[in-house]
Amino acid sequence: MFEVLATRQLSDAVFEMKVAAPAVAAKAHAGQFFILRVDAEGERVPFTFSDWSAEEGWIRFIFMRVGLTTHKLTHLAAGDFLADVAGPLGVPSHAGGLGRVAVVGGGVGAAVAYPVARAMCAAGDEVTVILGARNAELLILEDEFRALPLKDLVVMTDDGSAGRHGLVTAPLKELCETGAIDHAMAIGPAIMMKFCAATTKEFAVPTVVSLNPIMVDGTGMCGACRVSVGGEMKFGCVDGPDFDGHLVDFEELMSRQRVYVDDERVADAEFSKGCSCGL
Amino acid sequence: MRPVDETPKPRHRPVKGTRIPMRENDPLERIASFTEVGLGYDAAEAHTEAMRCLQCAKPPCVDGCPVHIDIKGFIGKIIEGDECAGVEVLKTRNALPAACGRVCPQEEQCEASCVLQRTGQPIAIGRLERYLGDFDLARVPAERCRPEIAPASGKRVAVVGSGPAGLACAGELAMRGHGVTVFESLHVPGGVLVYGIPEFRLPKALVQAEIDMLAEIGVRIVTDAVVGTTYTIDDLLTAEGFDAAFIGSGAGLPIFSGIPGENLNGVYSSNEFLTRVNLMRAYEFPRSDTPVWRGRTVAVVGGGNVAMDAARTALRLGAAHVMLVYRRAEEEMPARHEEVHHARQEGVEFVMLCSPQEVLGRDGFVTGMRVTRMELGEPDESGRRAPMCVIGSEFDLECDTVIMALGTRANPLLAKAAPDLELDKRGYIVTDADGATNLPGVYAGGDIVTGSATVIRAMGAGKDAARAMDAWLRRS
Repeated sequence: MFEVLATRQLSDAVFEMKVAAPAVAAKAHAGQFFILRVDAEGERVPFTFSDWSAEEGWIRFIFMRVGLTTHKLTHLAAGDFLADVAGPLGVPSHAGGLGRVAVVGGGVGAAVAYPVARAMCAAGDEVTVILGARNAELLILEDEFRALPLKDLVVMTDDGSAGRHGLVTAPLKELCETGAIDHAMAIGPAIMMKFCAATTKEFAVPTVVSLNPIMVDGTGMCGACRVSVGGEMKFGCVDGPDFDGHLVDFEELMSRQRVYVDDERVADAEFSKGCSCGL
Repeated sequence: MRPVDETPKPRHRPVKGTRIPMRENDPLERIASFTEVGLGYDAAEAHTEAMRCLQCAKPPCVDGCPVHIDIKGFIGKIIEGDECAGVEVLKTRNALPAACGRVCPQEEQCEASCVLQRTGQPIAIGRLERYLGDFDLARVPAERCRPEIAPASGKRVAVVGSGPAGLACAGELAMRGHGVTVFESLHVPGGVLVYGIPEFRLPKALVQAEIDMLAEIGVRIVTDAVVGTTYTIDDLLTAEGFDAAFIGSGAGLPIFSGIPGENLNGVYSSNEFLTRVNLMRAYEFPRSDTPVWRGRTVAVVGGGNVAMDAARTALRLGAAHVMLVYRRAEEEMPARHEEVHHARQEGVEFVMLCSPQEVLGRDGFVTGMRVTRMELGEPDESGRRAPMCVIGSEFDLECDTVIMALGTRANPLLAKAAPDLELDKRGYIVTDADGATNLPGVYAGGDIVTGSATVIRAMGAGKDAARAMDAWLRRS
């Protein structure tokens, strides 16, 4: 059992949770993920670290309430327990020797982008962060990013309620056009990563994306998370989650992410019957 | 140990007769649920079957068993009507008799070596083992058979993986007085016994009960511990203070066929399909949280025990039609005869001598599978006749689910975190006959050494390594 140390609601449907997991925190690196089960009936669901402390033995992650597991998570408070936390899993994101990098964090993906950008800064890369969200309300971790020694922070919202009005691909394209970046990394919804990769491809700027396929064990055993990268089958959990964005088959990824949509609706509806949180 | 009984026993006179069949649930009824298929022997059936045993002076069956269970000994106790003593005999060699009695391929091992095999009616050793295993588990925990534990050695051993190899190794080391901690990456211990083998063949409560017995003798089990990332082998031997380690992490990575369409929704590896259903109990969805795609028409590709498990599981999830697609002929399927028999009884259609060419789909979901007919040529290196494509014989099978049961390969996760560990070119760990790797104090056994094998072979490897580790620990 893993104790919840703190929770925080960042917006209507976005939450942050800090959990005691000393063995996991001791080995965590930027870009890696862990698998959790909320309770004895729980599904194994991967989440990427937004932060951790090896010294204090905790990990932190940010999630949007989209289905049953994330709904159950919103019901937990400090002092409650998660049934299982296993990790860290996946290959850490590459940092250092990248030169001038643009890190794009879209929606909840910003939570993953934060430790990645921090690791790149620490490794001597010159980092520009592009932070995107649908609106100001959904923008997360802006203050944390501002505290990093970034070259620049560009905030984008779809509706213009904060920062610049528009999609993250606009400033990314400008950076490419002016030759201001040597590498790019995009973390967010698959559709956003797809368009980021399409944007940089034109300028041949190497671009890494952090994929979030469905997983079960998270250790390479089941193959649920298989993705096509350059026509080759890769497992998101052990070969990734980071892959060359110019080679990923995003259409396939998005199709595979939708396989249980109906089941998820059924399970969440079933759970919501006995629940009055209104989420 | 109980005191030695000095009174002379009446001489055993074997009773001639055919094998006592094991009662089973009706095929049509049982595919509606995940309850166990085989019902086991009752005391009278077990006694009658045991009475057929010749109690050979030099029993060949024992040599047929990878862990050398004293088969003659435990059957002798059933003959005497002393089940308690029978369990004791059994448990000195095998900590998981209820599991092994169910899933060992006895027909290729102990029963194949039985003298009565010549008559076509070997003793039903597996069923008798199961009978005693179940007899033990039916008792209240305090009365169950506990092996004798040697005085504490003061040494600590880390066992990586809680599947058959790890559990057998852990049990043996604990009996020899060592402090044992088992590290399991999943949230439940048992490895393939819980994620792979279905409930209807091996009830999970039973596996848990056998694992609980290991805990009773002092084995500590840590779940959610991914050795390779949470801990490296080096961490275990230094920071965590273990004196030795055994790696029984299993083979793990599923093999896909590489044909087009394999990433369509509705295509599963058998590992994923069975893990969702067995470990995550997707058959209870939405009472359990994990869903599984419930196909109406399912094609399982492969001919091994795992393929049979997947096909029979699909039926139980409500599939109207399950096909087993295999590129060779039925006689050449590596699955146990019993599994093939059960699958056929339950209505699985055998589509033999057909090889998948492409998974067909629409809007991202499976709609069928294109297969080509095969014919058998000359025997290949495995001794089986090599299948060859019949040109122009392609045809389409209609299905909404495809399950690839094509075996596994080595999982690189652990080895990545132990760069000095010697691996063969396929990524399996290299060991000597005792299970010792090239790293001092690090042993390995089971599928991560041999590639996919059986539960009992992995247990044998775990046990053999434990004996070697015991000697090593006492020397160092």
